[in-house]
Order: sequence, then C-alpha cells, then structure tokens
Amino acid sequence: MLAKSTAAKSKKQVATHDVSLASALPWIGPALVLIALVVIWPVIELVRISFTDISAAGSLLDFNGLTNYRELLANPDIYPVARRTILWVFGIVFFTVILSLPTAQLINQNFPGRKYVRWALIFPWAASVVMTSMIWTWILDAYSGELNLTLTQLGLISEPVDWVNNPGSSFYFLMAVAVFVSIPFTSFVLLAGLQSIPNDIIEAASVDGASNWQIYRQIKFPLLRNALLIATIINLINVFNSFPIIWIMTRGGPGYDTDTTTTLAYKLAFIESNMGQSTALGVFNFIVIMMIVGLYLRVTKATRTEI
Amino acid sequence: MKNLKAKKFTPKKVATMAGAYFLAWFFVYPYINMFLTSVRSHDELYATPSTHLPQVWQWRNYIDVWSHAPIASFLKSSLIVAICATILVLLVSLPAAYFLARYKFKLRGAFLLLVLATQMFSPTALIIGIFREVDFFKLLDSYIALIVLNAGFNLAFSIWLLAGFFSSIPTEIEEAALIDGCTRIQALRKITIPIALPGVVTAIIFTFVAAWNEFTIALTIISSVDKKPLPVGLTQFIGQYDIAWEYLFTSTIIAIIPVVILFISIEKYLVGGLTAGSVK
Repeated sequence: MLAKSTAAKSKKQVATHDVSLASALPWIGPALVLIALVVIWPVIELVRISFTDISAAGSLLDFNGLTNYRELLANPDIYPVARRTILWVFGIVFFTVILSLPTAQLINQNFPGRKYVRWALIFPWAASVVMTSMIWTWILDAYSGELNLTLTQLGLISEPVDWVNNPGSSFYFLMAVAVFVSIPFTSFVLLAGLQSIPNDIIEAASVDGASNWQIYRQIKFPLLRNALLIATIINLINVFNSFPIIWIMTRGGPGYDTDTTTTLAYKLAFIESNMGQSTALGVFNFIVIMMIVGLYLRVTKATRTEI
Repeated sequence: MKNLKAKKFTPKKVATMAGAYFLAWFFVYPYINMFLTSVRSHDELYATPSTHLPQVWQWRNYIDVWSHAPIASFLKSSLIVAICATILVLLVSLPAAYFLARYKFKLRGAFLLLVLATQMFSPTALIIGIFREVDFFKLLDSYIALIVLNAGFNLAFSIWLLAGFFSSIPTEIEEAALIDGCTRIQALRKITIPIALPGVVTAIIFTFVAAWNEFTIALTIISSVDKKPLPVGLTQFIGQYDIAWEYLFTSTIIAIIPVVILFISIEKYLVGGLTAGSVK
C-alpha cells in the first residue's frame, strides 16, 4: 500500500486542461442528477414536511410553521433519548478509537500469519450489520447463548442472565456490538496511516536509542494525527446514523428505553404514524450530521491538495 | 544460524503473535458461532444444558432451508438490486471521475465538495424524505427505486477512488492513442480503463457489497415478500414466536461468505476510497 501510493503520487498528473462548465456537463451531469435525486430531493422534502401539518395517512394539509417542532419539544419522551444518543455516539467512538490504536499497531507488525489476521478483521466489516446483530442476539441469549454457557461453566454466574432484555445492561450490550463492527474500518484507516510513516525516521530514532514506547508516543502517534482525525469523524457520522443494531436487537424498546434520535425518528414515522414530530426530529438529526460533515470537509480540505 | 532462529521467536514476537491470533479469533468468533448454530437441529438449540459444539452435525439444514423459507427469492432480489446498482454506479462514476482527473472547470471544487458531502450522508437520516419521494414517483415496492437509491449513496466512493487512479495514469499514453487515430472514447475504453482496472474492480466490489448489505431503504420501501432482499427478508425470522435460528443462520452464512471473500480481495484499496484520499 505504501509503495503503491507513493508511486502513484510521484506520477500523479494535475488536471491541466481548462474547459467550460458546459463541456463538463456530459461527463459529470449524470452524477449530478443522481446526487440531486437521492440526497437533495429528500432533504428538501424532509424540511418542507417538518413545517407542514400532515395527516397520519400521509397527505399534506397546511403550512403550520413551527407547530411540529413545538410538539416535539413538548414530548417528554425525547429528552432521555437525546441524552442516550450523546452517550451512544461518544461512548462508541471513544472505545472504537481507543481499541483500534493498538489493533492497528498489532496488525502492522511482522509475524507469521499476519495476512490471515488482517483477513479475520475484515469479517465484521464486510458482513451485513443486520446479520452480525442477529448472531450477537443469539450469543447473548439468556438460555441458549454461548456467553451464558461459558460464564456458567466458569462459575461466574449461577442463573442465566438476559443481557439484551435486561434494562440495566441492554443499552451497553448494543453499544458493545456497535464498537465491534466499527473497529475493523477504524483499524484499517489507522494501519494506512502507520504504513505511510517513512521507515528511516523510525530507524534513526531507534539508532539514537529510543525505546519502542518512545518511538510510538513521540514519532508515530503525532504522525497518525491525520488518520486518527479522519477515522474519528467518519465514525461520529456512522455511529450517529446507526440503525440496524438497535432495530434488530431491541427495536429501541422496551418503550423508548434503548432508542437513539435516529431510531426514534424512524419509529415515530413508520410505526407510530406521527409524521409531524418525526420530521421535526429528522431535521434535527440532519443538522447534527451537517455539523459533523462540515467538520470533515474542513479537515480533509486542510489535508488534501488534489484528488 | 542459531542467532537467526533465536531472533525469530523473541518473547516480544511470541507476545505479538499471541495478541494477534487472539484478536483474529475475537473478530471471527461470532461468525464461527453462526456456523456452528447453522448445523444444529432445532431441538438441540433449546436443549439444556446447551453445548459449545453441535452434538449432531445436521448438514441437511443447508438443503432444508431452501424449502423452509423463501431464501431463493430473497437472494434473487438481492442479486438484482446489487448488480443493477453496481452497473449504474459504474456508468455514472467512470465519466465523472475521468473528467475530474483530466480537466479543470468552473465549479470543479464545488462539485468535489458535493460528492464528498454525499459520501457522509446515510439514507437513514433522510429516510422520511426518501419514502415520500419514492411515493411521489409511484415507485414504492419496486426494484428500480431501490437500485437508484443504492447507486446514489455509493456513488461518491467510486468517483473518489477512480479519479485517484485516473490521475495516476500519464496523459501521454492517451495522447499517443489519439495521434494513432483513436477517438477520446476509444482511448478511454482501450487504454485508460484497462490500466485503471484495479480501481474499477474495487469500485465494483465495494458497491456490490454495500448494496447487498443495505437494510434501511429496503425495509422502508419494499413491502412484498417476493421483492425483499436478504437482510430485510431474514428479519421476518426474528420476532416470530419460535425463531428458526438454525435456518436463519444457514441463510446468513450463505449471504456472508461470498462478500467477505470479495472484500478481502480488495483490502488494500478500500481505505483510499473511504477516506477520500486524505489518509496517506
């Protein structure tokens, strides 16, 4: 990867021919149309409905200003969900990053079978999150799951515990599954960052008598800053948008006890036919995402000069 | 010689290997458990005390599942949607990526920014808008809506990745072809795309796998059983009074193994496309 990307870089051609926008359209026009259809139209539609009185059957009645937003804010259920969403996003991203740093370091070492260890890490990344959530539901099952079987055999528990449906532990297990599916992508981004650090810097430091920990702390980690930043921001967005884990494992229930604002917006719209509050919450979610996207654009713009 | 051997297995190296193999086990374990569950009999799943390994390896679950659930129909829907979405992404992203790599034009920066922003959007956040738009076009419960939406949300990855590949190919090669009498399209088709083939293959596999795994859009806009793709169809197993876990997991094993192999084959290019070239 390192050799490849530096080779590509040295040969990289800068787009040189200046042409008019009209002659660009046949080439980029289809992409623009597709983006307009799948992203821009839904955004406009979402915002428009949030200011409209809408019947449960879905027909639009009248412009009603901020009524949907007022109703949403008057709904006492959304405050615990909002607080839980903050825990969900920051908790998962924190543990994902903390665990991915040593993981990336480990799969960057030279040892027999390294290739297969990297392949193993691809499983949760390539597999459908829906299906991964299904197997975790089964592993955590109170009576037949592998976790309780193992804990019982080790003498750590005497009675089966229903981890996923127990109000005290439920949400933390959902978070753990989210960390599990987030680590592979994050580790591979950090691995790419580690691989781009020139070997001679490391060797020079090691000749000068730096310990491994000093090399990591004072040379590698600062040079990883960029990869770490990008991985963190992409994770913030992915985790905030995360839907299948909660939907498959608990449906956000019981009640709204394991919902985030993302699953709640879906539940309000498609289960409870409360389009008004759902679209207001949807706009709120959209604004949160826009802020993270803005952060991402700033960071990548600062670090990227060309494609 | 002795020294070399001693160097090969220092305590540090042994610790590294132990850590790495444990890590590999940890990330594959759920899928191993999935497989072990898929070859058990239904009675054994609920037997107490349960066991780590199947008492009887019931391989015929892999045959019976086809008659027990509409797996063939789910697979068909998944294949249709994923293949068509991949073709659409290629048709749209190849020209856009090529043009971005070769030409400067007004608003080029704005276009790049738009593409980058769309990569960050997941359909989940916009799902109500998406549902109403699809309804507006009278395309609820249709493959075509699913195909277009899957293509749109995975377009950015291909544009970024392919533009990076195209810009690493010297323009001189194409110009030589033009002098030899090729049209620009011919030069693109016969010279440039074959050189950028690893990028094209990566774009194909990434889009296919993403569409294969997509859940939220399909859950929302598809209602007929015979049009449901795998991830949505399989959720029908969940929530039933007596979930047929063994058939559920034979189906997920069938769905997961091919895409893991595909992803492994493009491992070294994945990060570049997903981080829009900003991690290097």
